[in-house]
Amino acid sequence: MSRRTFKVWRGDPNGGAFVDYQVEVQEGMVVLDAIHQIQREQAPDLACRWNCKAAKCGSCSAEVNGKPRLMCKTRLDALPTAETITVSPMKTFPVIRDLVTDVSWNYTVNKKIPPFTPGADATFLMRQRDVDRVQEFRKCIECFLCQDVCHVLREHDLKPQFFGPRFLVRVASLEMHPMDTLDRLKLLKDEGGVGLCNITKCCTEVCPEEIHITDNAIIPLKERVVDKYYDPLRIVLRVLMGTGQDGGAAGK
Amino acid sequence: MNDKYETHEHDVIIIGAGGAGLRAAIECSASGLKTAMICKSLLGKAHTVMAEGGIAASLANVDSQDNWQTHFQDTVFGGKYLNNWRMAELHAREAPERVRELERWGAVFDRTPEGKILQRAFGGHTYKRLAHVGDRTGLELIRTLQDKGIHQGIDVFMECTITRLLKDGDRVCGAFGYWRETGRFVVFKAKAIVLATGGLGRCYKITSNSWEGTGDGHALGFDAGAELLDMEFVQFHPTGMVWPPGVQGLLVTEAVRGEGGMLRNNKGERFMEKYDPKRMELSTRDVVARAIYTEVKDGRGSPHGGCFLDISHRGAEYVKKKLPSMYHQFKELADVDITREPMEVGPTCHYAMGGLKVAADNGATGVPGLYAAGECTGGMNGANRLGGNSLSDLLVFGRRAGMGAVEYARAAPAPKTDDVEIEIAAAEMTGFFGRSNPEDPYKLHLDLQNAMQGLVGIFREEKDLTAAIAKLEEFKQRAKNVGVVDGQRMFNPGWHLCRDLRNMLICAEAITRAALLRQESRGAHSRIDFPKYDDYWGEHNIVIKKGGQTMKVERCSVVKTAELQPLVDDKKAKEKK
Repeated sequence: MSRRTFKVWRGDPNGGAFVDYQVEVQEGMVVLDAIHQIQREQAPDLACRWNCKAAKCGSCSAEVNGKPRLMCKTRLDALPTAETITVSPMKTFPVIRDLVTDVSWNYTVNKKIPPFTPGADATFLMRQRDVDRVQEFRKCIECFLCQDVCHVLREHDLKPQFFGPRFLVRVASLEMHPMDTLDRLKLLKDEGGVGLCNITKCCTEVCPEEIHITDNAIIPLKERVVDKYYDPLRIVLRVLMGTGQDGGAAGK
Repeated sequence: MNDKYETHEHDVIIIGAGGAGLRAAIECSASGLKTAMICKSLLGKAHTVMAEGGIAASLANVDSQDNWQTHFQDTVFGGKYLNNWRMAELHAREAPERVRELERWGAVFDRTPEGKILQRAFGGHTYKRLAHVGDRTGLELIRTLQDKGIHQGIDVFMECTITRLLKDGDRVCGAFGYWRETGRFVVFKAKAIVLATGGLGRCYKITSNSWEGTGDGHALGFDAGAELLDMEFVQFHPTGMVWPPGVQGLLVTEAVRGEGGMLRNNKGERFMEKYDPKRMELSTRDVVARAIYTEVKDGRGSPHGGCFLDISHRGAEYVKKKLPSMYHQFKELADVDITREPMEVGPTCHYAMGGLKVAADNGATGVPGLYAAGECTGGMNGANRLGGNSLSDLLVFGRRAGMGAVEYARAAPAPKTDDVEIEIAAAEMTGFFGRSNPEDPYKLHLDLQNAMQGLVGIFREEKDLTAAIAKLEEFKQRAKNVGVVDGQRMFNPGWHLCRDLRNMLICAEAITRAALLRQESRGAHSRIDFPKYDDYWGEHNIVIKKGGQTMKVERCSVVKTAELQPLVDDKKAKEKK
């Protein structure tokens, strides 16, 4: 067994600082184990979220050595041994206390997305290859690490104008569901702000579920929006045919 | 708003936001009632996400012979005939419709070549019966219900812990709790309450349960006057991770065996041949857990005290497609590539068959206005639950408890809470501060977990159970002085644990007292000193109710239905062959 030094951010909305803790390290230990050990032995009031401890619930998101990670999945032996390990709350969301942040904004966004709406005559006979891509998006565990790392939200704080990668994935899972009948492209273009993403793929890099957020969700959605709203041929046709802006479920 | 606590008023409140709570809330709000759902974590993080293998329903998409009667028979055989027959019947009859409903609400299950919902084999199920999404079926279920629910006008109160049900005479009229974030108190007034709080696995050291599984609903209901049923039956899932130490107990889905995974000891023997040659690895969970435990105890275990589970023969591509999260879990946490080498696994405390005694049709407890569904109830699963029957249980009985609560709330008068009762509840929570030389809640929790693991685990005997009762008495005394030194109420997990301990102690005592009384071995309850089935106990459940300061432990007859007798007799005859 060896000892390692952790610098854990302690504080609340009024401010805070990194506090040093020494932790006895066992084989195979993850950052969340260390946080629990600190809670048990040194700081019983250290606040953190966790649930499944198996990378399936997405509760224990934080920044380890500055990188957005699930604490339950980050092995200590994968971090440089010479250095102390810093653990801080997700930067994009307001701090509540210590490692716990206020992620309620995400729930507000989710509510804006119209739910799955199958046709009255939907048979639900779907081939596996037609649902593979939707299933990829539905793997999302809502850890919000993609939201944390996205510079539109993190650096520019454009929360009121942009849904963020998580909810673009959510929209994609509905838009690409073979039985869904709604058209969410106007929502994506306006409130969703899909145009604000400039495809740096930071979200894809941090996704613990390895969802190809940018390539498989955001880019196809961008293309659908462009096709519908910015294709010159379509604009002409729309004028000639007299169809409204939002007529038809384009791209279905 | 009062300066000591805020107040909310609803027709129905649901405590817990896993599969059962969400399904109940959807039912209540769809009926037009003002509905609140209160959960300890963020919405969508409940332990339902850890249900991996699938949801059992006799859709007969893969095995066309399947039907509700066979599902019923499998369930009561798995439960060693202690199940409430009516519950097992409703469950088997209604599960297919609940699965189809989930699909209409947006769940995307794996498909058969014809495009229907694919079903896989699982322990104790005669046919391929589990609708699934790879090995993340629980996540699919919870996300689908969550997205359905939030658009239906349910008021969701996240990160809020309920510590007491409030009563008006005999009936419930609300609940008292605290916001985890601020530590401030909150009172919910309601005409009816549905408890859907899940399990109690945190009573044990090695468990697949998250911090939330502290038996809250069991204890809240018990304190309010409801009865607990079948508490001695605690399911140890045969396959939890055993290494590294930090992940000990973490679930390894039964789907690994459902997809053809083989169990071996350190001699390379497929030891299930000795314990259940007919069903082998797909025997019921109680049998497989005991088999692994026995192999390890007799010196045939793996290096870290488990056995080997091997799926590598199915090929890397297949394993990654059907068991993706198991592949990642072992790769990332244990440096094991399950497409090439076996996993090391051992039993882990996973599920409580026992819980609040409820009416089969509407989830009513004995307390007027109080309903319950899911893992915090007893009766559905008898002495042992089959894998896959939990997710279907949540949907079938979540919906039914919701219907029960709606019917009650429609006829009930406006809730009237009692200020004195609220004062007592508040004093309990503030009492954990300012004690001189308080008991450390983390230390007491660990001692409780070690005692339950060591004395009331897979194999039990009278001397251990008696010792456990004595220890629990000692823990109850220590719990009176439990407290926190760092005196602030904002998101303070030490403070939260002080209160959770009380729930765990109630559950632990109920488990132990029932285990002591049941002098036989059946399902998940194995007595070394009474290793055989006993005909008397095969006809009786154990019920625990409040009797002043102590627990009253009683027996009652198994709830049977005359029309189902031929199905049960038929199953018994088949299994004897």
